[in-house]
Amino acid sequence: MHIFEGFLPSPWWQLWFVFSIPVIMFGMYRLNKLVSERRDLLPLLAVAGAFIFVLSSLKLPSVTGSSSHPTGTGMAAIMFGPAVTAVLGVIVLLYQALFLAHGGLTTLGANVASMGIIGPLAAYLIYKAGMKANINFYVVVFFAATFADWITYVVTSTQLALAFPSQAGGFVGSLQAFLAIFATTQVPLAIMEGALTALIFKYIIQVKSDALVELKVISQETVNKIKGVSA
Amino acid sequence: MKIGKGEIIFAVIALFFVASFFYGMAVNPGSEFGGADGAAEGVITDVTGGYEPWVGNMGFEPPGGETESLLFALQAAIGAVVIGYFFGYYKGKGRSD
Repeated sequence: MHIFEGFLPSPWWQLWFVFSIPVIMFGMYRLNKLVSERRDLLPLLAVAGAFIFVLSSLKLPSVTGSSSHPTGTGMAAIMFGPAVTAVLGVIVLLYQALFLAHGGLTTLGANVASMGIIGPLAAYLIYKAGMKANINFYVVVFFAATFADWITYVVTSTQLALAFPSQAGGFVGSLQAFLAIFATTQVPLAIMEGALTALIFKYIIQVKSDALVELKVISQETVNKIKGVSA
Repeated sequence: MKIGKGEIIFAVIALFFVASFFYGMAVNPGSEFGGADGAAEGVITDVTGGYEPWVGNMGFEPPGGETESLLFALQAAIGAVVIGYFFGYYKGKGRSD
């Protein structure tokens, strides 16, 4: 998904930094608070970060004949919210920009905006709405993680189309061309990621459901319902 | 952990995913399944008539595919170790409590 180094001309790369930096700052503030007040929840944070690390390293082939990778951000967004996820996203994106020549430092703002902020925000909103509507927890997690992944690529397409409108079709023409690559390649990958995230949540609920309750991700009643315990 | 409904649903979806890959191989003969970002670069070239990135790569560039695979594998391994460690820790702790 990464927009390569130097592939966003001015003013676009600066604008995406202006968009991302406040969110990252807020995320660091939230993260600091979490670290100082709830040290017991740090392992869960590490798992959420590690999940992004693993998934974004898997380059999977797709139906369209090209490869792309999942983002893994849905899980962190559900547990810690989009701002903290943005900070985790920065770590992963820096690793890939500095050691793998994937993405870049000048395009970091844009890549954080798509993978670290807007995708996770979509997951967060879908999760909250789904839980409010009383839909099955795992179904909600599945949709939240699927869309965190897919929307990331829709945003990347939009970012590129804004920077490179086509002569004939303008912004919309370019957007269609980029969506045809990113959004379609990503559909099966996103569904796969949604399913994997739901499965991991099953294990988290088995071994550490109290942490999720403390984070107010899920209520004790829902945990009881899932575990089949009558409260 | 027992094999439950969740694992079965995941296995079915994974199977569909693998099947879709083979379908993709059949409809795109000769494809190398290169990165989608590479394909996007092609679109940028089409749209702009040859775009030159204004700055080159600033980090370490893997000298070839092999080193790149190593670093990707390392990234996955670091993540997997952390996940496995904490799941094991919680599971063991849950038992001893």
